[in-house]
Amino acid sequence: MFNKVQAGAQQVDDAGREFLVFTLANQEYGIDILKVQEIRGYDSQSVTRIANVPSFIKGVTNLRGIIVPIVDMRIKFNLEKVEYNQHTVVVILNLETRVVGVVVDGVSDVLMLKPSEVSAAPQFGTAFSTEYLTGIGTVGERMLILVDIERLMTSQEMALVEQAAVV
Amino acid sequence: MSAGVDLSQFYETFFDEADELLADMEQTLLAVDVDHPDSDQLNAIFRAAHSIKGGAGTFGCFGHLADTTHLLENLLDALRRGEMSVRKDMIDLFLETKDVLTAQVAAYRNSEQPDEQAYQRICAQLRELALEQGGEIPAGAVSAPVPVASSQPEPQPAIAPATAPAAPVPAGGSPYRVTVKSITPKDAQALSDEMALLGQVLHRESSPDSLSIWLDTTASAADLEAVCCFIVDAMQVSVVSEAPPADAAQAEAAQPAQEPVAAAAAPAQESVAPAVPSSPSSEPSSSSEPSSASDSSRKKAEKSGKESSTIRVGVEKVDQIINLVGELVITQAMLVQTASTLDPVLHDRLLNGIEQLERNARDLQESVMSIRMMPMDYVFSRFPRVVRENASRLGKRIKLTTHGQATELDKSLIERIIDPLTHLVRNSLDHGIELPEVREAAGKDPEGQLVLSAQHNGGQIVIEVSDDGAGLSRERILKKALQQGFPVNENTSDDELWQLIFAPGFSTAEKITDISGRGVGMDVVRRNIQSMGGHIQLSSRTGEGTTTRILLPLTLAILDGMSVQVGEEIFILPLTHVTESMQPTAEQLHSISETEHVLHVRGEYLPLVALHNVFSVDGAQTDITRSIAVILQAEETRFALLVDHLVGQQQVVVKNLESNYRKIPGISAATILGDGSVALIVDVFALMRMTRTKEGVAGF
Repeated sequence: MFNKVQAGAQQVDDAGREFLVFTLANQEYGIDILKVQEIRGYDSQSVTRIANVPSFIKGVTNLRGIIVPIVDMRIKFNLEKVEYNQHTVVVILNLETRVVGVVVDGVSDVLMLKPSEVSAAPQFGTAFSTEYLTGIGTVGERMLILVDIERLMTSQEMALVEQAAVV
Repeated sequence: MSAGVDLSQFYETFFDEADELLADMEQTLLAVDVDHPDSDQLNAIFRAAHSIKGGAGTFGCFGHLADTTHLLENLLDALRRGEMSVRKDMIDLFLETKDVLTAQVAAYRNSEQPDEQAYQRICAQLRELALEQGGEIPAGAVSAPVPVASSQPEPQPAIAPATAPAAPVPAGGSPYRVTVKSITPKDAQALSDEMALLGQVLHRESSPDSLSIWLDTTASAADLEAVCCFIVDAMQVSVVSEAPPADAAQAEAAQPAQEPVAAAAAPAQESVAPAVPSSPSSEPSSSSEPSSASDSSRKKAEKSGKESSTIRVGVEKVDQIINLVGELVITQAMLVQTASTLDPVLHDRLLNGIEQLERNARDLQESVMSIRMMPMDYVFSRFPRVVRENASRLGKRIKLTTHGQATELDKSLIERIIDPLTHLVRNSLDHGIELPEVREAAGKDPEGQLVLSAQHNGGQIVIEVSDDGAGLSRERILKKALQQGFPVNENTSDDELWQLIFAPGFSTAEKITDISGRGVGMDVVRRNIQSMGGHIQLSSRTGEGTTTRILLPLTLAILDGMSVQVGEEIFILPLTHVTESMQPTAEQLHSISETEHVLHVRGEYLPLVALHNVFSVDGAQTDITRSIAVILQAEETRFALLVDHLVGQQQVVVKNLESNYRKIPGISAATILGDGSVALIVDVFALMRMTRTKEGVAGF
């Protein structure tokens, strides 16, 4: 039902940092793999809907006894195609004080990026506000947009935290 | 008022608490800035001392601890009231006192008597400081810690013949006979010397391997034994009250009396011997009760038995187990579902195994859950003794009644409710219930009633302490409040006035006793309750009594829930709010406006709230007469909640939503159902507020 990612098992060293790569509308994004707890398949049966909340909050689910909110990034960023099938995955993030599940189009890779492969964040618009970007990674022909997921998830616009985010 | 509750089962908890409080006290003491003392810090130190004293007093057998903290508390009280200014040497003395207290706690924990010299020294120093301050120290405060022992020679520093002021010391000193069997001549000499220090040796008889000494002393039998135990083994010693043989001829047919009742004596040495196994105790404790020595040795045996049978485990470890077991149960349910498609004949053994697994998993889950849950009896059973002892000391007649002992409460809450409850009970004993004469004069039953009760009420646990005593005195509180500069006047309502007794440093007690009356109690009580996320209410009517009500949130508690279905969704209603459910008929329905209806049930008009409207559920039953109305009660308000179906009743474990998410309007918490899905627990109070404000969902 779910694959475990060896979160935190790899040591970050001078050679670079590891990123989990996921896709949203054919664009690849990278997040710090140390924030990722595990990746699960999306099972709509196990997500309990919550009334009167923004539509991108799918509800809460039971993750081994912990109640975890599930956010659909595709709805949040107004992607046109939002469907749930057996390939839909939830990335469970282990943030500083809380656990959050994020629905994305797919998870493709775990990549090691050396500092030389990371350039400054672009000023052009992506799904994410530039405020939450840490840079652009280049691996061969591929371009990764690197996201500060901790900051994004605790931000006020995600409405996951009771009050204004403390970053 | 039942006696005989074994308090020793709570000793360990008390010691742990005391250790923590002392550690806190030290830290705070070290942090105090002598030139600019912070009143919060002084209050904190004072409360720590007060709590330890309260605990030690409850058990009644930690005399040194209670006396020392009492002196300390007096000084701290003066400091925090600003009657004394803080000096560095005071802090030093307090720190030293803290060390002595720590040693005393350690000694009591090991069933030993604390160091008498250290105790006397520190008490003397504390008293000196108190005198120097010139402040008026209540007589009781000074005299309490001066035991009979101080006037006696102290051969063994570790032995306190009069630890507890209430110890039964035979007045005038009736003679005791101390018999030691199989003793070596060297020990015999040492023992004789010791005995001579404790009193006047009337007669001494020795044979090659035994020694008998008749002693005229003010010390108790238990103390004599305790002294002997430093030289010989407890099994060898017997102490009885008996006149020396010179007078023996007068009392011929007398029984060997254990208790120092009369000079009834047994001349025949043989008749004493059978009593030996039952009387000796190696425990140098002097219990405040006239309990026999065998009683204390039994307690000790129980205690040592307990040490090996329990372990202290961090709550987070238990929580981890609970979560893992929950996961196991869900996996097991998944297996059952998958296996149900298999051919039972071909997979006979596999299916049997799965069935076995199911039973084991359920049992495991049940036992793990029970680890955290404890009945309120754990708290309530402490009070009969507190009430009994204090009632007799204060000369009052009090009947204690408890309800709801079986109400289960999470362990972490139950441990933290003890202190606040103790304060409340003591307040009722000391200030609430009047003396029998006063009660009779007021036309009340001379016997006062004190009622403790606990119950689950909706999303909360309600614990009540109520008495039928004098109630709060409006004039006294008002006077005191004006004195202390609180913003009150003649027109302030009773309820507002009562709130003042929760303010730090506010006490209306006319005299300070060692039970209560420093005004620290209610301050501590409220802080403790608030730190548990609960709140406290007080109602009182002059002349009729006081009721204090503690409401604790359901967090951590198990909840009896009714699961209901709306559309495809399951919600849990707290069962304590549910009074009945019914299918409404068209005749019962009356519409107030286009969207608002009331339900007419047995002469009562109840507002109707549709759950699918509140939580915007799709696909719910919209025909009211085809849905189910669950009648809910929150506080005094009743209303009907419309749902599609009743699913069942079950106990659910309350899971916090805020830890990873945030508060959801109208929902108090969540739980995990048997199939692993999450169900939300409805906040009935929030729904009730909605029916009142009529603002719909926006009313949250």
